[in-house]
Amino acid sequence: MNRPRHFNLPARLLHWSMAAAILAMLFIGAGMVVSLRYRVPLLDLHRPLGLAILLLAVVRLVNRLRHAPPPLPDDLPRLQVWAAKASHWLLYALMFAMPLIGWAMLSAGAYPVVLFKGVNLPAILPHSPVMYGILRPLHGVLAYLLFFTILAHIGAALFHAWVRRDGVFGQMAKGD
Amino acid sequence: MSTPQPRRGSPLLLLPIALIVLAIALAFAWVGGWIGNRKLTPQTMINTAEASGSPQPGFRRAHSKGICMIGSFSPTPAAAQLSTARVFSQASTPVLGRFSNPGNDPYSPDNKAAVRGMALQLKTDDGQEWRMAMNSFPFFASSTPEGFQAMNAAKLPDPATGKPDPEKMKAVLQRYPEIANFMAWSKSAPTPDSLANTRFNGVNAFRLIDARGVQRAVRWSMRPHTPFVAANAEQLKNAGRDYLADDLNRRLATGPLQWDLVMQFAAPGDPIEDPSKAWPDTRPETTVGTLTLARIEPQAAGPCRDLNFDPLILPTGIAGTDDPVLHARSSVYSVSFNRREREISQGNAHNGSVR
Repeated sequence: MNRPRHFNLPARLLHWSMAAAILAMLFIGAGMVVSLRYRVPLLDLHRPLGLAILLLAVVRLVNRLRHAPPPLPDDLPRLQVWAAKASHWLLYALMFAMPLIGWAMLSAGAYPVVLFKGVNLPAILPHSPVMYGILRPLHGVLAYLLFFTILAHIGAALFHAWVRRDGVFGQMAKGD
Repeated sequence: MSTPQPRRGSPLLLLPIALIVLAIALAFAWVGGWIGNRKLTPQTMINTAEASGSPQPGFRRAHSKGICMIGSFSPTPAAAQLSTARVFSQASTPVLGRFSNPGNDPYSPDNKAAVRGMALQLKTDDGQEWRMAMNSFPFFASSTPEGFQAMNAAKLPDPATGKPDPEKMKAVLQRYPEIANFMAWSKSAPTPDSLANTRFNGVNAFRLIDARGVQRAVRWSMRPHTPFVAANAEQLKNAGRDYLADDLNRRLATGPLQWDLVMQFAAPGDPIEDPSKAWPDTRPETTVGTLTLARIEPQAAGPCRDLNFDPLILPTGIAGTDDPVLHARSSVYSVSFNRREREISQGNAHNGSVR
């Protein structure tokens, strides 16, 4: 086996910066939909941050495909191996899906997709109440799914770090 | 891995892990309003609007009855001096808009509509948008969304009597005394006999930003070219259910209808963040353009139905103020839009396509 002991530096930088961005994004999203006063300022953060996450996700996927990740411990129970792999696929899928659905849903709702004041993104769907009516709730449901997957991810990472002490946490936390 | 037998940590360490995960979950639930002493939310306000009548899937939760309108906007030369918004330098901007009646009944008779709305979408050639949502009242009922919500909740029928409890409204007026001004206005203001001669007011304050970055606090209004004529009681009593649309069609058959967009400028000390207080009529004003209404369409299949006329969708050169009612309108309209579009996509908006 010719696999590295740690994730490479770009992978680690992407992981920790996107972790902060995605968590911030989830909290911004949850707060803005129930706020009477801060919807607009939070939305003004939510859109450019969402696009940034989408672009970083592309870079991250390319890096991930070109550089094999370090292996999981040999003695990890099969169920945990499966859970680790499945949750990482899910996290990748949602990193792409959430910004794309957000962009598509604003397009379908005939909202201007404002990146910064004066700079709009093009619509990626035609104006369609039917599509908006599907995508808007989907954006919310998948946000909860993403949040709970991240909670599981954090719990598992700490389990590796503190209980199993098998070096898995260090693969992402430290370099070679 | 290289270390075949790592020294495991105590299973008791699962406890701090669980606590960390729980703490993040609780923080998220608090931000999302699921737990804790949540202040008023836009969802609560829409629930109250829905409770004021029978369900009307696919329609706006307030100002449900409406007419789509198509026209254009042309600025005056003075406008470009006040704001860098493209709408003030472009010769003509297409307008899609909507006239509306208050309440949540999309088929309400027009003669019951003492207040009327005009919402507009202006899309300029630089890809930017200006959406407005104006009303025929000169000032808003309350200073805050909390006051407006309290008023609407007090108007709901009491489950015991089937009628609103006057004691509740009394308590609301005590807590939010500014609402009395609005009630006095509603009782005394004459109703125009047509939408064509109705003045529509932005009510909330905004800021115009010019090329040098100078900001001016303004409130705007659409002032009709058609002379004001008050509807008399007899006329209203005998008017047809959709007389406002019929009247517009009759007038539009002989030519377009116009309104001037007039900016009123705040003087130092004027209440910029309180929409329940009109600024004195003596404040300086500038006409920045003319709205020309070419034709109207029924809203059911019309292009205005599935637009959210969020008054905080603004182009560069125009900004919102900290007026809490302005921000609340943006939040509340969004909830109404999400609910009705969802009903449409689920095929539940059976009424939506009828007319």
